[in-house]
Amino acid sequence: MSAKKADAKPNVSAEELMGHYREMLLIRRFEEKAGQLYGMGLIGGFCHLYIGQEAVVVGLEAAAEEGDKRVTSYRDHGHMLACGMDPKGVMAELTGRTGGYSKGKGGSMHMFSKEKHFYGGHGIVAAQVPLGAGLAFADKYLGNGRVTFAYFGDGAANQGQVYETYNMAELWDLPVVFVIENNQYAMGMSVKRSTKSPSLWERGAAYGIPGEEVDGMDVLAVKEAGERAVAHCRAGKGPYILEVKTYRYRGHSMSDPAKYRTREEVQKMKDERDPIEQIRDMLLTGKHATEDDLKAIDKEIKAIVNESAEFSKTSPEPDLSELWTDIYADQ
Amino acid sequence: MAIEILMPALSPTMEEGTLAKWLVKEGDTVSSGDILAEIETDKATMEFEAVDEGVIGKILIAAGTEGVKVNTAIAVLLEDGEDASAAVAAAPVEAASPAAAKAPAEAKAPVSTSVPQSPDWAEGTKMKQMTVREALREAMSEEMRRDETVYMMGEEVGEYQGAYKISQGMLDEFGPKRVVDTPITEHGFAGIAVGSAMAGLRPIVEFMTFNFAMQAVDHIINSAAKTLYMSGGQMGAPMVFRGPNGAAARVGAQHSQDYAAWYMQIPGLKVVMPYSAADAKGLMKTAIRDNNPVIFLENEIMYGKTFDVPDVEDFTIPFGKAKIEREGSDVTIVTFGIGMTYALAAADKLAEDGISAEVINLRSIRPMDTETILASVRKTNRCVTVEEGWPQGSVGGYISSVIMQEAFDYLDAPVIVCTGKDVPMPYAANLEKHALLTADEVVDACKKVTYR
Repeated sequence: MSAKKADAKPNVSAEELMGHYREMLLIRRFEEKAGQLYGMGLIGGFCHLYIGQEAVVVGLEAAAEEGDKRVTSYRDHGHMLACGMDPKGVMAELTGRTGGYSKGKGGSMHMFSKEKHFYGGHGIVAAQVPLGAGLAFADKYLGNGRVTFAYFGDGAANQGQVYETYNMAELWDLPVVFVIENNQYAMGMSVKRSTKSPSLWERGAAYGIPGEEVDGMDVLAVKEAGERAVAHCRAGKGPYILEVKTYRYRGHSMSDPAKYRTREEVQKMKDERDPIEQIRDMLLTGKHATEDDLKAIDKEIKAIVNESAEFSKTSPEPDLSELWTDIYADQ
Repeated sequence: MAIEILMPALSPTMEEGTLAKWLVKEGDTVSSGDILAEIETDKATMEFEAVDEGVIGKILIAAGTEGVKVNTAIAVLLEDGEDASAAVAAAPVEAASPAAAKAPAEAKAPVSTSVPQSPDWAEGTKMKQMTVREALREAMSEEMRRDETVYMMGEEVGEYQGAYKISQGMLDEFGPKRVVDTPITEHGFAGIAVGSAMAGLRPIVEFMTFNFAMQAVDHIINSAAKTLYMSGGQMGAPMVFRGPNGAAARVGAQHSQDYAAWYMQIPGLKVVMPYSAADAKGLMKTAIRDNNPVIFLENEIMYGKTFDVPDVEDFTIPFGKAKIEREGSDVTIVTFGIGMTYALAAADKLAEDGISAEVINLRSIRPMDTETILASVRKTNRCVTVEEGWPQGSVGGYISSVIMQEAFDYLDAPVIVCTGKDVPMPYAANLEKHALLTADEVVDACKKVTYR
């Protein structure tokens, strides 16, 4: 199947494929390490892993330009790594250390980077949708030609504020790509049990917003759809919806017993649809890379992840005075 | 039998209006539904329709007359077969408006209460008179002229000219890019405004009333107030959420809540409530320039009230500075917003009884100028707080706890917290009056703490 995919995408350079492989692998290994640190008690609270969904953010970041913005939910580690945030700063935030992106005050669900135009990291399901449209509102107001990616899940897609936002985003032609990461489960609630809508992206039609469904396990398909969406927004035509069909291998959070789906279902997805394995096959089948080339990348990624874990353990806890800072600007 | 056409009440708070224009003249035949006149209220210019049919016998109030009280006879309508003499017979008696409060009798005050020089402007500053409504509009317009990133968003702020006419004329000056009419979608547009603030704009979000902001409260608190902290200081939401708050008149339980105590609780928010037009102007300009989310609580009843405002280039009032509106020595009354009207009326009555009350207008509820409160309590040794909100978890309850912790030894009586009654706002006029505060309740509380 993946070999066929390779045949179908003849215009992708080896370099590009290697880049996607590398970025997806970084997210996978980072998340595996985060899971491990959680198990060791070094990461607290809620920790929502992105394993299985890597192709979504890597594909869309490949369609973004410098200065474009992104905002997402609490399952945000992958988005941060994909937009170029430092794994050390992300991991140190997970462990609540001063070297974290929010100096340890945000945690897994609340991280931001002004430099990388990453606007969070939001813990209230769907709140990031109007916020993302607001980022786009500012870009349109300032006339800077930027586009915002507002990511949300199939669970958030049933929140009312999503549709309030659709209405205004189309009314005002805001340059925002609404990315529905449909991983098929809102915590334990499968899409089938939560709605009779045959598809989520088609709900945009009620507001006049175009969109499409995308294979979220195929990074090249995601990138291609992302480019269409971004071109639409940048041309001043208003918002665009991408419903990216993906799958999370791990539980909703670290404390999820996963009684709502079978082991077989998860295993089948891993065996047949894994986004990283697809690219790996493509690279090898197309003779763009050798096993040794890929091993070298694996090794490099492992080093980056280990370094981030080390940093997250050695970076000091925030000074107690930090309790009282950043409550007000100019305080 | 000639029918008197009475000046109509065209809004919940309207007590008088301007008879802008007659669209009929004496001798005209009118039928029910015909437009008789245009009447300008404090909120809008409205067309006034005939209810009955007949001939306009006499116009009693000329076009252009201002301050025509509700229920005043403005014209006489003749029924079939009547002649103009019937109009003369129908005496143009000014009907008493049930809403118009009778002026309190002026009494010689046995104690002196002095109005101190305002800390907000220098002595001798040239003043101009304006309503709270005009002051808010002037403040926002000045700031929008000064800073291109400031914009206004809300329901009916543009083409309708503002549900309460606060933004009247602003669409014409600033255009639809900066005066943005939204659909009725508080949750959504509050979120969009917060997002735009995170990306560098400075939105002023108008809620038609703060009651509707309940739909948006997640974005006000979780998205606007907490982001600076959660991002380790990288980004926040410099913006203003504003609109009328608290009870207006006869609008029932869902439109009459005071949210001061709710928002006061949230670190990351600043919360202000102006009383006068000068407060409104100076605090609004400060709110727009502040780099944090500011909750700006206005009051519909106060919009039309006129005050002196300094006629200076760039008038601002800092947050966290209370204003002593009257100096006194026997009891401290701490209040804010419309609470000031009860406090000042009570101080007048108390003066008649020889009790000298000091009245503190907090203006800024968070941050709160507890130093000014404590200094006053150390002088008077007694304190009464006044607010329209509910008693449990009130602003006064917090003030009382601060005084107890910081100035316990100075107190000669327990602090009394005067609030609205612990009930949803009723509709019936008499019940509503009792649900709100009265100046007499404040007087009673002050007498209680002064053991008089």
